[in-house]
Amino acid sequence: MSVKLVNISKIFRDQGNAQKKVEAVKDVNLEVKDGEMVTLLGPSGCGKTTTLRIVSGFETPTTGEVWISGKMVNNIPPNKRDTSMVFQSYAIFPHLSVAQNVGFGLELKGWGKTEIEKEVRRIMKIMEFSELYSRKPEQLSGGQQQRVALARAVINKPSVLLFDEPLSNLDAKLRVQMRMEIRKIQKTFGITSIYVTHDQEEALTISDRVVVMNEGKIMQVATPIEIYSHPKNMFVADFIGRVNFIPGKIIDKKEKTLLVDFGIYQKEIQYRYGNFKVNENVIIVVRPESLKMSPGKKIDPHCIQGEISKLVYLGPTIEYEIEVKGLSRKIFAVLYNPIEEGFFKVGDLVNIDFKPIAAHILSQKDKE
Amino acid sequence: MKNYKRWLKKSSQEIAFITKDPILLLAVLLIFGSLIIFILYPLCKVITASVFSKGQFSFNVLKDVISNWYFRQGFYNSIIMGTLTSIIGAGIGFLFAFTLARTDIPFKKAFHLVAIIPIISPPFIGAMAIIMLFGNNGLITSGLLGINNFKIYGFRGLLFAQVITFFPVAYITLRGVLESISPTLEDAAFDLGGSRWKVFKKVTLPLAIPGIASAILILFVETLADFGNPLILAGSKFPILSVQAYLQITGMYDLPSGAALALILLVPSISVYFLQKYWVSRKKYVTVTGKPTASSHKVVSPVAKWILFAFCSFLAFIILLIYFTILWGAFAKVWGFDNSLTLENFKYVFSVGFEAVTDTLIIAVTSTPIAGILGMIIAFLVVRKKFPGKREMEFTSMLSFAVPGTVIGIGYILAFNNPPFALTGTFLILMLNFVFRYIPVGIQSGVAILQQVDPCIEEAAVDLGADSQYTFKKVTLPLMVPAFFSGLIYSFVRAMTAISAAIFLVSAHWNLMTVQIMSQVESGRLGAACAFSVILVGIILLAILIIRLILNLFYGSFGGTMLKI
Repeated sequence: MSVKLVNISKIFRDQGNAQKKVEAVKDVNLEVKDGEMVTLLGPSGCGKTTTLRIVSGFETPTTGEVWISGKMVNNIPPNKRDTSMVFQSYAIFPHLSVAQNVGFGLELKGWGKTEIEKEVRRIMKIMEFSELYSRKPEQLSGGQQQRVALARAVINKPSVLLFDEPLSNLDAKLRVQMRMEIRKIQKTFGITSIYVTHDQEEALTISDRVVVMNEGKIMQVATPIEIYSHPKNMFVADFIGRVNFIPGKIIDKKEKTLLVDFGIYQKEIQYRYGNFKVNENVIIVVRPESLKMSPGKKIDPHCIQGEISKLVYLGPTIEYEIEVKGLSRKIFAVLYNPIEEGFFKVGDLVNIDFKPIAAHILSQKDKE
Repeated sequence: MKNYKRWLKKSSQEIAFITKDPILLLAVLLIFGSLIIFILYPLCKVITASVFSKGQFSFNVLKDVISNWYFRQGFYNSIIMGTLTSIIGAGIGFLFAFTLARTDIPFKKAFHLVAIIPIISPPFIGAMAIIMLFGNNGLITSGLLGINNFKIYGFRGLLFAQVITFFPVAYITLRGVLESISPTLEDAAFDLGGSRWKVFKKVTLPLAIPGIASAILILFVETLADFGNPLILAGSKFPILSVQAYLQITGMYDLPSGAALALILLVPSISVYFLQKYWVSRKKYVTVTGKPTASSHKVVSPVAKWILFAFCSFLAFIILLIYFTILWGAFAKVWGFDNSLTLENFKYVFSVGFEAVTDTLIIAVTSTPIAGILGMIIAFLVVRKKFPGKREMEFTSMLSFAVPGTVIGIGYILAFNNPPFALTGTFLILMLNFVFRYIPVGIQSGVAILQQVDPCIEEAAVDLGADSQYTFKKVTLPLMVPAFFSGLIYSFVRAMTAISAAIFLVSAHWNLMTVQIMSQVESGRLGAACAFSVILVGIILLAILIIRLILNLFYGSFGGTMLKI
């Protein structure tokens, strides 16, 4: 039950003006394995929803092939494709009851009335909303509609389950709760799933692998941990979480570490992949939470020294902006548990350090 | 050239797509065929009849008609009448709508219902009542004031009748416009220090201007096409084009001249209609707000409020007076001479003209559902499907909104007099005429509701394995039910009250109540005309009641709330 996208591109043309065209998806290659949950993540307009709609069959790719369960499905219309979609707006049929909504797909398959009822009740029991059985859609809350939409998609036992930003209409707390539930249901039924979202936290928590997209192209495909700790380029690093980019130059290369010169001081940094050369200009990616700060009256030759220019107190954390001589971008640091760790004030001088393992090196050409 | 090629490619792709869906293909072809035969073909006939004389192409007929001063006068009168009625009618409609939408005067619901009455009754009732009130033996002129020979026929009377007949259309349009303007905008302007008058002048009015312009143009088209009021009230000294065309054909048996007059009538109607549809209506402001906000009623000062209340009361009084007059007239022995009550008029109607009642009912009851269903299907195809000629389909089907009934009527007698479509005098010609005149209503309400329905809902059905017919039947159609029924009520009302096209198409076998009423008025039997009108309005009210009951029964609040008539 795998999904394979081969060289998929999609060009939209303006109806009135033939010259105007938008390349929504550019040469996308992706393989989703059986039972896997893959998230398409990216800013709005990055082509993620178009890609999803190409899998479902609502859009036809301009070039490329869509394979589902080992079959090329380019010419198969959406109603004959073995995919089920959970829509952003849920798309609950407003004139049908909850049970009729959930059983809609089975009715289409020609199931008998009693069988449909039995199966609908079974699914609703697993998904824990049996009490809504005979309700009308207008009597449902957002979260309940979401459950109905999911149940309606799952009951068909599709080869592939598609989610189009299903949680974006819910409030923050419900969103967190529902994403756990979606993941639970997906694992319970073991359905191969593709999930579109622009919420990075959602993507990191819910998926086996994350596909980061920008301007129609795939930027990186990797597990959540890999995406966060070893982004392949500046776009991915910047899009997921918050990040510091510190420019430097390689002055020495060892087996697993590089000696990088930051202008004021030098530091050894571990690297996992990439073909770096001595004298190459690089960018060091360090997450704000990886930075350690200490009072900076005494200059430490192994640290970056800077002056605190702004601080924001958030309760569990405190966020600092630090101005560093010779760096155009301010350094951004997050300190956890500020009560115990102690505060710095605006104007304080600090020494900033990080562990070599917490940093990640990008070559200049990975800027993207 | 490149564009042409792309168009060709796109069309061929669409054709390839549509051939995969044979039912869709069949539907598209059938609809196109019938639109061409029953809308375009009669219109072409009107044009050809006026530019071909004795099989030869020539502009002689048109030239003759244009050089005739009497016809020219008719044209000027029609345009002047259309312009004045539309401006005054839209002004009154705006004040009425503003009062009901923006103040908290009492009896709002009652005012609304009173303003609706002219819409659901035959358009010439105003003219009849005016004659009964202000005519030679009028209740007010000769009865109350003792004036004899008061000249109500002509310009003044007709303007009065048409304003009363058509201002409700402007009211309905503008009430929608005003209600879509969020009162928070006015509150904001008020809060920023504007006086009430300034807020109205700087915020409310400018936001409503596109709506007002659009109402004026719609009223212009409707007044230009109006036939009943001028036939009764215009008189020979104040000729009106639509009546002239009719008289030319039924009185002089001069079809080419009639067609030429119809053509002259068609040009301003069509141009103004498309000006409204494709230009003015695009200029509407959309005020996007999160949640609907309740009007704060602070935009109108108490003094202004009661002035507006007095204005609305006066207007409501006039409308009620008109209908009361008709009701009284139906029960009066001889209007103007002996106004004591009797049932003679109804006895007369049931003995002489009852066939017209059943004929009208049969035609209305058969044509409205067909028009409604066809309208829904076209709306669905136009909004949701891709096929070549989609825009042309919408354009053609909306055309009958713009074309005056007189023109359509003349077109139908020209087109369906001979084989292959020899339909003159039959039930079919009346029914088809009504079907194709009133599909735009169904299309409009269908398009409106489909644009509100998230396409995802249909996609969800397709995604779960439904094909296009199943999706339409099980998902789209049920969602369109409320629109279908409100369209149905509207086209039923229109079919029951239509006169301008139908008057050309009735025969000894198939007659209509409206035509009967007209001939009673012309032969001076006002009592019978009133009795007919009372029965007609009674049937319409009953039908609306029944449809609403059915909807409430089957759909509960889901269907019932959508019907606002």
